[in-house]
Amino acid sequence: MRRSRIITFKINGQDIAAREDETILELARQHEIHIPTLCYLEGVSAYGGCRLCMVEIKGSNRLFPACTTYPDEGMEITTSSERLKAYRKQTVELLFSERNHICAVCVSNGSCELQAQAYDLGLTHVKVPYINPNLPVDASHAYFGLDHNRCILCTRCVRVCDEVEGAHTWDMMGRGAEARIVADLNQPWGDSLSCTSCGKCVQVCPTGALFEKGTSVAEMRKKHEFLPYLRLMREGRDGGEE
Amino acid sequence: MHERFEQITQKEQADAAKVEHAIHVCIAASCLSSQSDKVLEAVQAEIEAGQHKGCQAKGVGCMGLCSRGPLVNVAHKDEKLGETMYQYVTPADAPALVQAASQGKQLKERICPTDVPFFQRQTKIVLENSGRIDPERIEEYIAAGGYSALLTAVTEMTPNDVVDEVLRSGLRGRGGGGYPTGLKWTTVAKADAKLRKYVICNADEGDPGAFMDRSVLESDPHRVLEGMTLAGYAVGARRGYIYVRGEYPLAVARLKKAINQARRLGVLGDGICGTTFNFQIDIRLGAGAFVCGEETALIASVEGKRGQPRPRPPYPAEFGLWGEPTLINNVETFANVAPIIRNGGDWYASIGTEKSKGTKVFALAGSIVNTGLIEVPMGIPLKEIVFEIGGGIPGGHQVKAVQTGGPSGGCIPADYFDTPVDYESLVKLGSIMGSGGMIVMDETSNMVDVARYFMEFCKSESCGKCVPCRVGTVQMYDLLDQIYRGEGTRYELKLLENLCTMVREMSLCGLGQTAPNPVNSTLRYFRHEYLELLRDGDLAVETAVSTPEVQP
Repeated sequence: MRRSRIITFKINGQDIAAREDETILELARQHEIHIPTLCYLEGVSAYGGCRLCMVEIKGSNRLFPACTTYPDEGMEITTSSERLKAYRKQTVELLFSERNHICAVCVSNGSCELQAQAYDLGLTHVKVPYINPNLPVDASHAYFGLDHNRCILCTRCVRVCDEVEGAHTWDMMGRGAEARIVADLNQPWGDSLSCTSCGKCVQVCPTGALFEKGTSVAEMRKKHEFLPYLRLMREGRDGGEE
Repeated sequence: MHERFEQITQKEQADAAKVEHAIHVCIAASCLSSQSDKVLEAVQAEIEAGQHKGCQAKGVGCMGLCSRGPLVNVAHKDEKLGETMYQYVTPADAPALVQAASQGKQLKERICPTDVPFFQRQTKIVLENSGRIDPERIEEYIAAGGYSALLTAVTEMTPNDVVDEVLRSGLRGRGGGGYPTGLKWTTVAKADAKLRKYVICNADEGDPGAFMDRSVLESDPHRVLEGMTLAGYAVGARRGYIYVRGEYPLAVARLKKAINQARRLGVLGDGICGTTFNFQIDIRLGAGAFVCGEETALIASVEGKRGQPRPRPPYPAEFGLWGEPTLINNVETFANVAPIIRNGGDWYASIGTEKSKGTKVFALAGSIVNTGLIEVPMGIPLKEIVFEIGGGIPGGHQVKAVQTGGPSGGCIPADYFDTPVDYESLVKLGSIMGSGGMIVMDETSNMVDVARYFMEFCKSESCGKCVPCRVGTVQMYDLLDQIYRGEGTRYELKLLENLCTMVREMSLCGLGQTAPNPVNSTLRYFRHEYLELLRDGDLAVETAVSTPEVQP
């Protein structure tokens, strides 16, 4: 195995040493530097879709997603600036305008990652018009439900189902505003032959889009701490051989 | 192999020498849509029935002036008679046309004058064979000098020599970005030789109003195959894919035929031209997504996955198809390669401007007399394209702007028509070269409506992966629609401008990053048209004076 190079670079002025196969986001987390994320999930592959983790790199006008960008020697990264804050706020605002996110009646109220981001970024109003799409709820599964009104298309469920459970029940259909999470080939979840009913998708969903049946407003608490451990054990990174 | 080419060329020339009057009927998509296939049948039937000796009819590729199709060209062996082009030919014209041709006369009422700037001002490299050879016969391509570049390359040049020649030519990507082609080739060529490298031809042409690539594939498919094979040799790839959009069935059919012919002749497949170089080309069909023109989305689609982009870097040159180094260029770029190898990079670099070399094919459309396909040297002023080659604006209208670059581009107002057409100048004006769509607009076009049209396109073509593009395009479209309907205020305009900046900087791929361009450029030059539509327009006009220009 090729030995990976160790490099040093700066995040917000702080010197950081890194293996070259660690992303900016992973390194920031190690050093307790906060970068907001929604689609990122430790334990599954990075997606780069929510755009909340965008950071500035000195010398470039472009913004880079921290979850999929690797640092270079001597790089200087800024994780928070007026520009970034404004853009992140606008991004969360767009998400709120896209579907019907009504916290007051949501099972995840109080433990929702989208809601938490909005609080963090100081989003008090949505300035753009609400799109108010007419979306269905799939309650065909025996234990779980899927409410498209609350889905932000982060694809955490798709990735965990494919990469960890190995079932690949979930995927995305349609494009743009018409994009939807679908079970198998767009069947009711309850009819899916590939679903093992493991519930991992429910636990990793950042909002109330995937939920356990029988939970009422603010009762759905999600646990996805199992993922990094599961991943570590499978990869044998904690001392074992690859 | 050289002798084989000679043989074919001699036979073709001998056959051509027997023909006194060659009648060429355009059978590319545009003329086909006005029944040129029926014209060809009628002409052939007439030749047989009337026993017009010395007359021969065949289908050829695009002749360029699509608005006057079906086009027919008659070339006489007797040089004094020369060539005559006919326009708007119908099957009913066939007897008279053949009669006239066989007697060396002209059919006056259908003549299409060719001594006009449309034909005189063009420089043809990519389209050199278009409209001259039968796209379904490899022999004609070879007789026109085809595959000689490939033969020279694999027998006399090292892969490095080929890359050097492309580098020296100064060729830049014709898909829109203008990335130096030689540099891209070098990157892939330098990747570990043990890796399985790939060459991909991007033929997922999707800009509204653009049909350059379709025309090249339909009129001269072997040129693209030769360019790809040369690329494969240069970078060390053994396999290539052409990703053609499914909406181009004719191009696909001709490509398939061309691939089979090339394999049979030994210029494609195993042991190319008797050497140890192997290169296979396969066709992959797009399923109708514009975003699959973006290289990482295209690669995902070729792999059989959902066609959506992924963050770059890593670029495909390093991590592309199946994770291997992949060279990806568009149709027109590959179509330029064979002439560059044949005539040398320096020859190519002598055409065009300092930073934009060679020629560019444009699809002229919109409010212009001569709509069709043109190829011009880089650096030609816009006004020459619009007023001379394009023949000006029909119906006594005034030209207002030219839109280049499709949904990723912008509008250039008539005041800037002295601008030379090259990559940098167009960017400076807030537009881009793009893949070659050029839409001319007159004073009847409302620029807010134009921006709205392109935003509607982006909205429906966004893949849905990243939030700024997926939701931002919907919001921007709704705001534009509101303003266009006269229901917007300065508040909506401000929201729109904020969204434009944010979507440009935050989106994942080129589609989202450039989606605000049509809005930005129309705001830059035609801000008053937005203000006139606002409900609080009067106020707005006053404040507009102090509003700084939106930077591109």
